[in-house]
Amino acid sequence: MSENKQHIIIIGGGPAGLEAASKLGSAGYRVTLFEKEEQTGGKLRTWYKLYPGFRLAEEVQDFLANEIKINVPEIFSNAEVVNIIPDNKYHTVVLADGRSFIADAVLIATGFELFKGEKKEEYGYRIYDNVITSADLEKKLRLGQPLTTANGQTPARIGLIHCVGSRDKKVGNVYCSRLCCITGVKQAIEIKHHLPKAEVFNFYMDMRMFGQNFEELYIEAQQKWGITFIRGRVSEVAENIDGSLQLKAEDTLSGRPIKMNFDLVVLLVGMVPADRTEAIGKSANLGFTSGSFLASADAQIKPNETNTPGIFVTGTCKEPLSVGETLSDARSAAVRIISWLREKREIN
Amino acid sequence: MHFNLFVIPFMAGMIALLILLAFRYSQWLSNLETGDWRKIGSNLFTLKTIYAFREIFMESLIHRKVFKVNPLLGYMHMSLAFGWFMLIVVGKFEAFYYTGKFANEFYYPIFFRFFEQTPHLSTTLLNFNASMDLILLVVLSGIVVAILKRFRPGMTGMKKITRHSVGDRLALSSLWMIFPLRLLAESTTAGFTGNGSFLTQPIGNFLNIFLPLQSISMVFWWMYSLALGAFMVSIPFSRYMHIPTELLLILLRNWGLKTNDNFTGFSEIEVQSCSRCGICIDTCQMNSQGKNATTQMVYFLRDYRYDQLKPDLSDNCLLCGRCTQACPVGIDLTQQRVLQRKKMTFPQSAQFKYLPVNQDIDKTEVVYFAGCMSHLSPNISLSMEKIFKADSVKYLFMDRDGSVCCGRPLKLSGQFEAAKQLVENNRQQIIASGAKTLVTSCPICYKSFKEDYNLKIRVLHHSEYLPELISQKKIKVLPTGKQVVFHDPCELGRGSGIYEQPRNLLKKFTDLRPLSQEKSDSLCCGGSLGNLSMDTEERCAIQKATADYLNSGNPEFIATSCPMCKKSIGQFSVAPVKDIAELVAANLVKIGQENHKLLKYRKLQDAMDIQ
Repeated sequence: MSENKQHIIIIGGGPAGLEAASKLGSAGYRVTLFEKEEQTGGKLRTWYKLYPGFRLAEEVQDFLANEIKINVPEIFSNAEVVNIIPDNKYHTVVLADGRSFIADAVLIATGFELFKGEKKEEYGYRIYDNVITSADLEKKLRLGQPLTTANGQTPARIGLIHCVGSRDKKVGNVYCSRLCCITGVKQAIEIKHHLPKAEVFNFYMDMRMFGQNFEELYIEAQQKWGITFIRGRVSEVAENIDGSLQLKAEDTLSGRPIKMNFDLVVLLVGMVPADRTEAIGKSANLGFTSGSFLASADAQIKPNETNTPGIFVTGTCKEPLSVGETLSDARSAAVRIISWLREKREIN
Repeated sequence: MHFNLFVIPFMAGMIALLILLAFRYSQWLSNLETGDWRKIGSNLFTLKTIYAFREIFMESLIHRKVFKVNPLLGYMHMSLAFGWFMLIVVGKFEAFYYTGKFANEFYYPIFFRFFEQTPHLSTTLLNFNASMDLILLVVLSGIVVAILKRFRPGMTGMKKITRHSVGDRLALSSLWMIFPLRLLAESTTAGFTGNGSFLTQPIGNFLNIFLPLQSISMVFWWMYSLALGAFMVSIPFSRYMHIPTELLLILLRNWGLKTNDNFTGFSEIEVQSCSRCGICIDTCQMNSQGKNATTQMVYFLRDYRYDQLKPDLSDNCLLCGRCTQACPVGIDLTQQRVLQRKKMTFPQSAQFKYLPVNQDIDKTEVVYFAGCMSHLSPNISLSMEKIFKADSVKYLFMDRDGSVCCGRPLKLSGQFEAAKQLVENNRQQIIASGAKTLVTSCPICYKSFKEDYNLKIRVLHHSEYLPELISQKKIKVLPTGKQVVFHDPCELGRGSGIYEQPRNLLKKFTDLRPLSQEKSDSLCCGGSLGNLSMDTEERCAIQKATADYLNSGNPEFIATSCPMCKKSIGQFSVAPVKDIAELVAANLVKIGQENHKLLKYRKLQDAMDIQ
């Protein structure tokens, strides 16, 4: 490896980290990628199909894996980054096992975690067997397990609760996770694919159908699949003696409180920054958004830069993004890092 | 007959004060409830009166509770109150000894050194003289501390001091002026007559070198008398009203009077007894964690006194009771606030038509009321049901299918009449169940059942009920050895005085660790229903700070016994937050099987110890 090759470290091997690594690698830079898990791919590995076109998540995963195989030889798995020591010329990245690495630029792509459903105890996640999260549902679908209740029955009525841990000041999350709305529409349709006879209800605050073909899918859900959307937050879920669930909510369009029984309830949990993001961000003197995501230097013109020169951010560690948006953002980060490294070389 | 024109301002002030006090006191006393008079009558000639005088001495003069807050702050209050008191008493005896008769002109002992200018010869009189100088020195030192405290509150352990109104500042200034003026008047007189002692005489001698003392000493006696008169007149209109009123408050309180659901003459006396010391500001989490230093009881009571109380201020309080606990005067501050809300609310429009009527209730032994908040943390009621089943007791889960509110949240918001309707409805159901015991999981409901329901059956919170089941060997709990801290819910601890029962329960099966702020000093979780106006961000700030505090010793669990506290702290806690009912239910052992399980557990413990 030539001495004068500039070195970029990427923290996180999810879609954002992988895509940026491939692009930077193919541009001829030396790239090292640290992934805390055994395998790269991030949350994509746990999802079944992606909205709005129902393409398999696995296909995107394969695309990223092929790209990275060609472009980036240095991938460390089971390598958890604990902090970054920023400096004027080179930044040092320190791993949990004590090893440290020096780089010209560091790209943080630590991604997100899902909001812990049990924090909204009133919805009964991990208390009642028939309350699951959107992630649990994806796992079932990906593994090809049948959609049944906890005791193996076919559910006749399924409810999806939107905004669990999003836009909820009481749990400290004021922000919108953006993607749960469309995930709810997608999952409701997927449920109908498997159980055409089931009644499916979505309880929402607002339906934020901002993406391409999102609104169309929302209309399709109602017209083609007969899915019902009720505007109103769910106040509590209680378990009946037979294990089915009683859900209390307010229908804010008709202005009435409602009580309904369900066989299965799915919580559309929001996105929160990954556990280690805060510690890494603080070590590199980065700013944070109100939702504790990493803050960009400027939302419009410096989306991937931070207030520490040479440290860049991409993907869902800075805001909730879809897979497609994440990949675009990763490419944008790669382009900006390349131009920044050129400027750096010219100055030196 | 001793007289000089300069005593007139003092006497005028004194007479005005006495007239005003007589007028005010008769007004308040006439507003006492008939039951209150009965209490006074039956307790007047009992030991309680003696206790009251002891309390007046310890609190109004020595300021024992203020000493506990901070020694220097205590010294400041004591030197002013007890010092002034001693000046009056010792002065009186000095005059008595000198003249040989007890009854003198009212002002004579106060201006003794003006009227008796011949230097003393007898040892007793010289000792009296020296004592008076010494006491004056102590009072003056207190004033120095008081002035310094205005500029550097931290010195006396206070982070925030009361922002006083103009009237209070004027009264404060005249109070501060009294004693330096007395010093100057006595010193200047001593300078040319030689009637001073170790403090006044040297100052007088020094001033005598370059000042015509004989002519100017009169000016200081006038000013001294004017300052006294001005202060006397300002008392009924300023915070210094607490000086005479607190004495009355202590007497009445010892005779068994308290502020209940109505604002009475006694409540008014409580209001007027507030000295605006500001100790409630530092103790308030709305200030220490929420950065709001304008809503505390000192300002609430002041605004009420001057008829300027606004709902904005009244509504913005968690009603956690920390200030009531800290108040050196012992005013029931929490109840004061609720009663003002009662006055300020508009009648409820709700008709409560949804309330169930003539329901068939199953007869049962124990009636269980989980409460609305327990429905939002269902693990608590599930745990209680598991425990009831383990005990095989016949129980009725009264609010299983949605509850009718216990009424307390309405009451805390001042809606006493509306609350009564809910109370009556629930009460009929509880009575119809024929149960001998009512168990609830919510401290808010508990306080309501205890105080507003007038139930003839046992009312228990589960933190009382569970230890009872264990000591009666009805259920058994496996020791866990886990490190736990206990968070006292406001309504259960400060509100109902239940501190030991949940702790004793936890000690049976966990490793309970103490906290520096616990029991009556415990923090509020921030979730309180008592605050009608704070926004979620302020609430979250308090919830987070309390969660951080409880996590500071890295416990394995945070235990509490309130669904509201569990939720509030749980949002921000690192360690899991569990209700004691959940901890008991999770570690239940069937009677008869416990030996086997216990053995297994001991083996496991041994294995861990070896490691």
